[in-house]
Amino acid sequence: MSVVTDAVAAVPAAAKKLSYGWIMIWLAVGLVLFSALRIVTGADDLDSSGTLRATLVAAIPIGLAGLGGLWAERAGIVNIGLEGMMILGTFGAGFFGYFVDPWVGVLGAIALGAIGGLIHAVATVTFGVDHIVSGVAINIISLGAVQYLAALAFTGEPGGGQTQSPTIKSLPSFTLGFLSDPLSDLEQKHWFVVSDLAAIARALVTNLSVLTILCLLLFVLTWWSLWRTSFGLRLRSCGESPAAAESLGVNVIRYKFTAVVISGGFAGLAGGFLALVASSTFRDGQTGGRGYIGLAAMIFGNWRPGGLLAGAGLFGYTDTLRLRGGGETIHGLLLLVAVGLILMAIWQLRKGRRVAGPVTGAIGVVIGLWYFFSDSIPEDLTGMTPYVTTLLVLALASQRLRMPAADGKPYRKGSAG
Amino acid sequence: MMKSAQKTKILLAIGAPVLALVAAFLITSLVLILAGDDVGGVWGQILSLPSDRGYVNIINSATVYYLSAVAVAIGFRMNLFNIGVDGQYRVAAFAAAVVAGEGWLPGYFNTALAMLAAVLVGAAWAGIAGLLRVTRGVSEVISTIMLNAIATALVAYLLRKAAVKDTGSNITATKEVPEGSRVGGFKLFDSVPATVYGLVFLAVAVGFTYWFVINKTTFGFDLRATGSSETAAVASGINVKKMVVISMLLSGGAAGLVGMPLLFGNDYAYGSTFQSGLGFAGIAIALLGRNHPVGIALGALLFAFLDEQSNPLQILLDVSPDIVKITQGTIVLTVVIAYEVVRRYGLRLEQHRVASALGDETTLKGAKA
Repeated sequence: MSVVTDAVAAVPAAAKKLSYGWIMIWLAVGLVLFSALRIVTGADDLDSSGTLRATLVAAIPIGLAGLGGLWAERAGIVNIGLEGMMILGTFGAGFFGYFVDPWVGVLGAIALGAIGGLIHAVATVTFGVDHIVSGVAINIISLGAVQYLAALAFTGEPGGGQTQSPTIKSLPSFTLGFLSDPLSDLEQKHWFVVSDLAAIARALVTNLSVLTILCLLLFVLTWWSLWRTSFGLRLRSCGESPAAAESLGVNVIRYKFTAVVISGGFAGLAGGFLALVASSTFRDGQTGGRGYIGLAAMIFGNWRPGGLLAGAGLFGYTDTLRLRGGGETIHGLLLLVAVGLILMAIWQLRKGRRVAGPVTGAIGVVIGLWYFFSDSIPEDLTGMTPYVTTLLVLALASQRLRMPAADGKPYRKGSAG
Repeated sequence: MMKSAQKTKILLAIGAPVLALVAAFLITSLVLILAGDDVGGVWGQILSLPSDRGYVNIINSATVYYLSAVAVAIGFRMNLFNIGVDGQYRVAAFAAAVVAGEGWLPGYFNTALAMLAAVLVGAAWAGIAGLLRVTRGVSEVISTIMLNAIATALVAYLLRKAAVKDTGSNITATKEVPEGSRVGGFKLFDSVPATVYGLVFLAVAVGFTYWFVINKTTFGFDLRATGSSETAAVASGINVKKMVVISMLLSGGAAGLVGMPLLFGNDYAYGSTFQSGLGFAGIAIALLGRNHPVGIALGALLFAFLDEQSNPLQILLDVSPDIVKITQGTIVLTVVIAYEVVRRYGLRLEQHRVASALGDETTLKGAKA
């Protein structure tokens, strides 16, 4: 049985679907590999519950930005303005979160992001402007607007300033003490596989913000509304073949408009999450390119929510390792990358790729040698981990991806002829 | 009949940018009013005549903006979106600063060698994105953004290695460029000591080369053809993959020159204080100038003018100068919208003209719909 079924899957270019069984097997293999890696390298922080919890917090803003991209691109609008809409969201959360209430901050983040989306919709849908041009302009405008407004709003507030808000009250979070404590004991034993499982379970029951859970639900909601409702089918048809959709009576312009505004709302929420959960203040430059990384996660996830979540998790994880363990933990990761690349090279050679195989293998060997001849990675270089991961993953996975057929193409009403 | 048609065409071409500027002016004013700032005061300062020193500053920053925007425009012409100019110019400027600081060659030979290094390094950094695109199908939009972030980390790391240890100062920077290899500026006004970068002529030369190569050579034709229609290009025997890599290399090479006026005319070293963010300004300016060498020059001057004139806002009126970023971003957006609106309007006029010339009822109806 396949995980999801839809009309798009019928296209031969699409990647082969994994069944539930295979996903479980691969997850188990991954867990055993990781556990082994942890024991071999001695880098216990590789999958401690602290790391995993931090990964979740780091992955959600990227994932939400990716969801924003998914909504827009499924309706055929490329949204590179996600970064700007996220910036608007951080300010919305900071402003309404501090002056009113953190929950109003969440709404403010969504609303400001949606306004960014609205501008993008007017430019791309109504006026048919090039999507990337409009997105870039929105990024510039948002950055300027937020810097200008922040100086106006927070200067003179206690603990605030030109570039940051005072501390915002935190949203409620909960810990299941009766589960968390015994799991912690188990994790401390550092047993093979068992402790790793305990760490995963503990990360999910300790100090979890309510907003985190709501955001995770949004992934399910997105999948359900885009792939299980007629609204979603129509929306996706606008991204695949707007002319055909219009000929069947779908109001293409309205669907595209709605999708882009929702997209902005998601990006705004992503920014709001950064300000409210990940750090509890608004700061200038808080997004740090996560909107773009979210877009990359969406591409990596083949324009689907599940894959997108996996991509966001990957980037969140590498970012967390960099922040927590620094050079030594990332160093441990090198071995994993080396082994992975060499395995991939063997697979490529068996498939008869006589150029790609050796190249991949050579890179793997070089990284492996780097691991064995060094003890740590310099602090400055660890900063590039999430970005190198993105490039590496895209370079390895890009060919199997298939974007919506009419993605990025301007559409005017009546084009159906 | 012909004459009036041509006249409307010219009017429409001028109309779009004017429309865009007016719209940007109105939107910025709206933001100022909503925020409760002194609208009249802000525009009074921004639209006043610059000081003598101001003119020099405007020309200098426009020089750098121009190079950056040309680098972006080369990619645009080929339908490639090089967001990575920002990373490319920083890696290149760092490499050039190291080469120039070592001073292996005497005088201006050293300058030339450093610039060559900058072009090569910038091209190589952009080339990574080009290669990933043609061999692995990775969108250059994403890969260049990632390469920007990687460039930041890489330059920070290398700068720490190459920096001269200067006790008593927090600034880390490469070795200073020897006196003989610096490119002196020239005075525009006797009243102020500030000088215009000597390398302003580099920008002019790059602009001219860009115009010549794109419009007057077979290569430029191939490039534009591929940018307009890839299928048509393939049909006429153009190797699109090769063109992608070459135009990425050219764009990166031009990006490599962005930091040169700063390095040889102002900073004389690459340090943590070296101007950043020029690549993003370049994207906006290239869009504003419609990828045309003269249009880009006007756009660069406009951006530099807004930057310079907004600087004193904080002191004079207690208004954050970031307000001009809203203006700049809005101009980019309104310019493209205005061009689209004007194009549609022009198309409709044309249809009407043809219809009335032919006296054809059905065409008239079609034009109205």
